[in-house]
Amino acid sequence: MINSPYIRKPASVQGVMLAVLIALVPAIVVYASQIAAVVLVNLTIATIAALAGEALVLKLRGRPLAPALSDLSAVVTAWLLALCFPPILPWWATALGVLIAIVAVKHLYGGLGQNPFNPAMVAYCAMIVAFPALMSQWPAAGQLDFATQLGLVLGGARELDAIASATALDTIKTGLRTAGATVESIMGQSENFGLVSGRGWEWLAPAYALGGMYLLARGIITWHMPAAFLGALAAISAAFWLVDPAHYASPLFHLASGGAMLGAFFIVTDPVSGATTPRGKLIFAACIALVAYIIRSFGAFPEGVAFAVLLLNICVPLIDMNTQPRVFGHRGDKAR
Amino acid sequence: MITRLFGFKGGVKPESHKNESSGPPIQKGPIPKRLVIPLRQSIRSTARCLVQPGQKVLKGEHIGEGEGGLGTSVHASTSGTVVEIAPYPMAHASGMETLSVVIEPDGEDRWIDHTPLDLRAVSREEALAWLRGCGIVGMGGAGFPTHVKIGGGQGIETLVINGAECEPWITCDDRLMRERAAEVLSGAMILRELIGAKQVLVGIEDNKPEAIAAMQAAASKLGDGIAVVPVPTLYPAGGEKQLIRVLTSVEIPQGKLGTDFGVQCFNVGTAHAVHRAICFGEPLVSRVVTLTGNVARPGNYEVLLGTQVAELLQLAGPKADTDRYIMGGPMMGTELQSLSVPVTKGTNCVISASPALFPPPPPELPCIRCGACARACPAELQPFELYWFSRAKNFGKAQEYHLFDCIECGCCAFVCPSRIPLVDYYRFAKGEIWARERERQASDQARERFEFRNYRQEREKEEKAAKLAAKAAETRAKLADTGEPAPAPAEAEDPKKALIAAALARAKQQQAAVAPRNTEDLSADVQAEIADIDARREKLNQQDADKAP
Repeated sequence: MINSPYIRKPASVQGVMLAVLIALVPAIVVYASQIAAVVLVNLTIATIAALAGEALVLKLRGRPLAPALSDLSAVVTAWLLALCFPPILPWWATALGVLIAIVAVKHLYGGLGQNPFNPAMVAYCAMIVAFPALMSQWPAAGQLDFATQLGLVLGGARELDAIASATALDTIKTGLRTAGATVESIMGQSENFGLVSGRGWEWLAPAYALGGMYLLARGIITWHMPAAFLGALAAISAAFWLVDPAHYASPLFHLASGGAMLGAFFIVTDPVSGATTPRGKLIFAACIALVAYIIRSFGAFPEGVAFAVLLLNICVPLIDMNTQPRVFGHRGDKAR
Repeated sequence: MITRLFGFKGGVKPESHKNESSGPPIQKGPIPKRLVIPLRQSIRSTARCLVQPGQKVLKGEHIGEGEGGLGTSVHASTSGTVVEIAPYPMAHASGMETLSVVIEPDGEDRWIDHTPLDLRAVSREEALAWLRGCGIVGMGGAGFPTHVKIGGGQGIETLVINGAECEPWITCDDRLMRERAAEVLSGAMILRELIGAKQVLVGIEDNKPEAIAAMQAAASKLGDGIAVVPVPTLYPAGGEKQLIRVLTSVEIPQGKLGTDFGVQCFNVGTAHAVHRAICFGEPLVSRVVTLTGNVARPGNYEVLLGTQVAELLQLAGPKADTDRYIMGGPMMGTELQSLSVPVTKGTNCVISASPALFPPPPPELPCIRCGACARACPAELQPFELYWFSRAKNFGKAQEYHLFDCIECGCCAFVCPSRIPLVDYYRFAKGEIWARERERQASDQARERFEFRNYRQEREKEEKAAKLAAKAAETRAKLADTGEPAPAPAEAEDPKKALIAAALARAKQQQAAVAPRNTEDLSADVQAEIADIDARREKLNQQDADKAP
């Protein structure tokens, strides 16, 4: 028997996931046109791998295929990973990363909604630890023509040194180890830098932000996490930059580099593995920014958002438990 | 008078579907062939039956006497003959039955004598008793006795009249306010006098401009202290606590009444009934019911209490593809298990549902913790957490997360993209917790009974022993008087002591005789070692024994 309410808002998980995919489109357009058109191939490879992996595990688990495959959650994971991975990553590595996310992190924990960790970020971290060389080759915008990109992706000849070009974050970090180097001198030397960050790459940031605005407008995400993440990242980087601008990059550089914007609107906001209370969301996202900044500036890896997200995923139950909002009519009660 | 409105968090905006039934004026329903009047018309209380089968009754005649603090009177809705007093199903999701009086109307609809009550001539208590006698209960659905609610009035600042009617499809309050604004406000003024409120605020959702206009026109004739306030259309603005919050900023916690916070709230239908009861002495025997949905003639009908839904529906003419009927609104109503259930004082609407109007929800998907439910929850709960705890039967945790603050408004389930019937999980959890509470009480009672029985037996034994001792002493005294030597109590005990001592000695011997079995077939070395150990142990035992006093 069906009980009240008898009416439903025409909302669906599929609709939520579709909105996320739509929100990624501006960034994909910028990526394909400004940096590497091969990202479209990567997106296809990742999507196929995700759906195939999902179908395989569902079959093994004896679950119905249709609802899970059509909810588009696997496609969202696939796209996020394809956008996180270097565009010239060999196809098998992209597929492997996606399979780690879907099979291990998503389904071995029980499927959609059950995973305590962000599947895309676990896969990203696993790949960067397993294949550090492959995972740190980022072409500068316009460095490689499409045929070369495609050749690299589909497993053609690899001349590592010729294409090994670090990201803006990496260049700054390694550059600063040289005596006398300043952020300004490093940025001035390399032609791979644009206005505020990596040439071409820096345009991804506003594109992700545009998608994020769409998600906010649709009510898919709330303002808490992007605001807390970007605000905290800007505040922390500004503090260091103001004290020593020669050795710490500007807040603008940090916001426009690496996974900051993608993270703010698409990664940190993953509802399944993130904090859920309003105050919890603020704490969760701000802490990710803090950890990400520490890893970026002082850690062994050039980028820190992925590791930071996983570290804070662990803290979610604690954060949620201690930030429960007061219930209607319980204004005077002590918060738990 | 009112300067600003306050908001409540959450809420949803379902399609209102008010236009279907709000057009035509209220029509008087015909007298049905049979009336089934449940003796349970007010919350948690069933009236004591005053009539017998075969008895003739008049319209408005007492047929049930309210019992207990929450009891109110029940009346015959029209003149006729009582033909049966038996349990009949009532409008409840479970199809539960309740004792009902079945009346066969004579068609004359003849009233008993009734006279207005002059409020100036009677005390407040008498006025409240009058309302109780007229069977006035909250007509918004809860059925809380009005006299009880008024009775708690002390230091009430504001009287809120609830004309919000936020549930989709329902328009009975809308029509009542449009057509009988003066009567509703007359009732409101009586209520204000009885609770001693300073101001009256009538809250009406702004999707009912005609009702707002009619009520404002009527209010302007009454002078100061009464304001008709349009409130934003946002379900559940008509929830008592939500409306009070919007109009006065006061937040009333679960389990508390507005009285404690200087504000009291009554439905417009209740105010109308209060007006009829005081100004005409009419008991509550009819009400306006919205018939809508998949019907040929949607509208509002004033029908006698006890009219069975099957007969009621004939007024509106359900279409052929109607597959079920919902009593109340689509957000909080109940699906009717039987069309024989009658209209009661809380029945505001019957919706004919068709698969086209109310499609069955698509299959449930896993919760993705998107938080849409939390944003929609007017009680500011975390519904997905409650869902999780209820599902895991972790009821303690569910209560810790304020399960019982849930008002079951359905907003969370309405917005859930995974189409999880969240409210069902809360109903389940609440039911389980109540059941366990009852079980616990039952076992507590059983334990108390058992303990009392033990105590009683113990006491009886002691009394018996005391009696016996007294008797023995008496006998001894008698014997002493006659010069015979009384048997010394110590002597009598001696053989028993000897027996016990003998038994103890036997047990000791047996213990000593039992030798450890695994010491056979051991090598000479090991045997020597054991002997050595035994010797040492013996020595230690000896020392212990010496030390002992």
